[in-house]
Amino acid sequence: MILTQLIFGITGGLLFAIGLRSALVRESLLARILAVNISGAGVFLALVAIAYRGLEETPDPIPHALVLTGIVVAVSATALALALRRRLEEADDE
Amino acid sequence: MTDLLGALFILASLGFFAAGSIGLLRLPGVHARLHALTKADNVGLGLLVVGAGLIGGDLLLALKLLLVWLLVMVASAIAANLIASHAMKDGEES
Amino acid sequence: MEITLWHLLDALLAILLLGLAWSALSGSDLRRGVVLFMAFGLLLSLVWARLRAPDLALAEAAIGAGLSGALLLLALRDSEKPGNRTVQTPPLLQLATLLLMLLLAASFALAYVTAVTGNNGDRLAGLAFGNLEQSGVSNPVTAVLLNFRAYDTLLELAVLLAATLGILALGAERRPFRKPGLLLGGLVTWITTLLVMVAGYLLWAGAHAPGGAFQAGALLAAAIVMLRLGGMTSEGLPVSRLLRWLLAAGIAAFMLTGYLATFLDLAFLQYPEGRAGLLILLIESAAMLSIAFSLGLAYLGGSPSGWEKSSSKGSPS
Repeated sequence: MILTQLIFGITGGLLFAIGLRSALVRESLLARILAVNISGAGVFLALVAIAYRGLEETPDPIPHALVLTGIVVAVSATALALALRRRLEEADDE
Repeated sequence: MTDLLGALFILASLGFFAAGSIGLLRLPGVHARLHALTKADNVGLGLLVVGAGLIGGDLLLALKLLLVWLLVMVASAIAANLIASHAMKDGEES
Repeated sequence: MEITLWHLLDALLAILLLGLAWSALSGSDLRRGVVLFMAFGLLLSLVWARLRAPDLALAEAAIGAGLSGALLLLALRDSEKPGNRTVQTPPLLQLATLLLMLLLAASFALAYVTAVTGNNGDRLAGLAFGNLEQSGVSNPVTAVLLNFRAYDTLLELAVLLAATLGILALGAERRPFRKPGLLLGGLVTWITTLLVMVAGYLLWAGAHAPGGAFQAGALLAAAIVMLRLGGMTSEGLPVSRLLRWLLAAGIAAFMLTGYLATFLDLAFLQYPEGRAGLLILLIESAAMLSIAFSLGLAYLGGSPSGWEKSSSKGSPS
């Protein structure tokens, strides 16, 4: 059980790092939005890995609720960011 | 006994999925790749559904899995039609 | 520690996740990046299923892979700029950023290892499971979301509404799609009906099985997306005046329940004895509608046609 948590926790941290680096380095707005989403997915993975209790026991429901909230907030933030990007590109073209 | 049979079905489905993925990577052109994706992957999914239904054991669960398979077949067929007609309009060969 | 086949599966999933994320972000073609991101979302949904989080798997497949992917694919046709240029930063800044990230990684690792191997003392999970019978539902995640931490869900609906208000304020909707052919039109009809049915089922089943308001709302939003892709310009969205009320319905249901509780001499959002199940179902229904129309409006990308006319009561703005 600990090994599973470690594997997925480290993956979550690495995903966060990959997303953060791409968000800082790439110039295209769409690439940055993708990168921030992947960072968020890394954080969610770390949280759910903390909640894991093995194959027999029911997992901890509180990080699951946090991550469910996080998924919905992430998609709404992505939608707002895409709308802002569309306006920015329109303004640039004028 | 049914568990073993289910596992055999799932192993068979793995072969079809592998064939579909190899076809996606190696076949030339959009239309040939669509063949590989829709035909091979849907048969693989069907075998997977049979295997999972056998292992699950519950009739209601098996019927739900069958519904999933039917939906995937319908969606992939229509998606393949759309992709193929757009590719033809765009002038891609083969 | 024994290494079982499950750990092999975990390692495989982890490597696939990292590989997909890296190739989604490192390519120069943004279309390829978006499609790889959708595959990443689906694989993440599998990982949630592996980690025994079925509610999350449902939500990730519907929202994270489905809706996010649809939004990003649509955003690709907003502009045609190339996507492979990188920002030029001075090397000193790069070094400082690298050191900061190493520090961040070290502190995260420390926090993580403590959380995982720490003392098995009192944890919140024990409290949650202990009070599960009185919460009105038997699915622990729904109980946490709509009973124990209902305030957080209220604030999350407020965040969703704020994002929707931002999207509505940023301009008109994207140009609609053309009329569909025979196949796509038939598919849209059937799938939309099926989606509404399954959404209703998920809402009901969320009390005792994986499911709930968020997953059901996401499926309804997917129905709106399907209608839009089928060429309809009103997408089953109600008239603007009704749409405003529906967008705020989730928050309204929460606030009404909260104030109702204060009238009965309880704390804000403290459910009365024995009524928790019914109140949770009512709040979840309202929240499902809010989430569905918010995410549907997000797919439209702006205020729908006819929005302005209903806002200023007939006078031109």
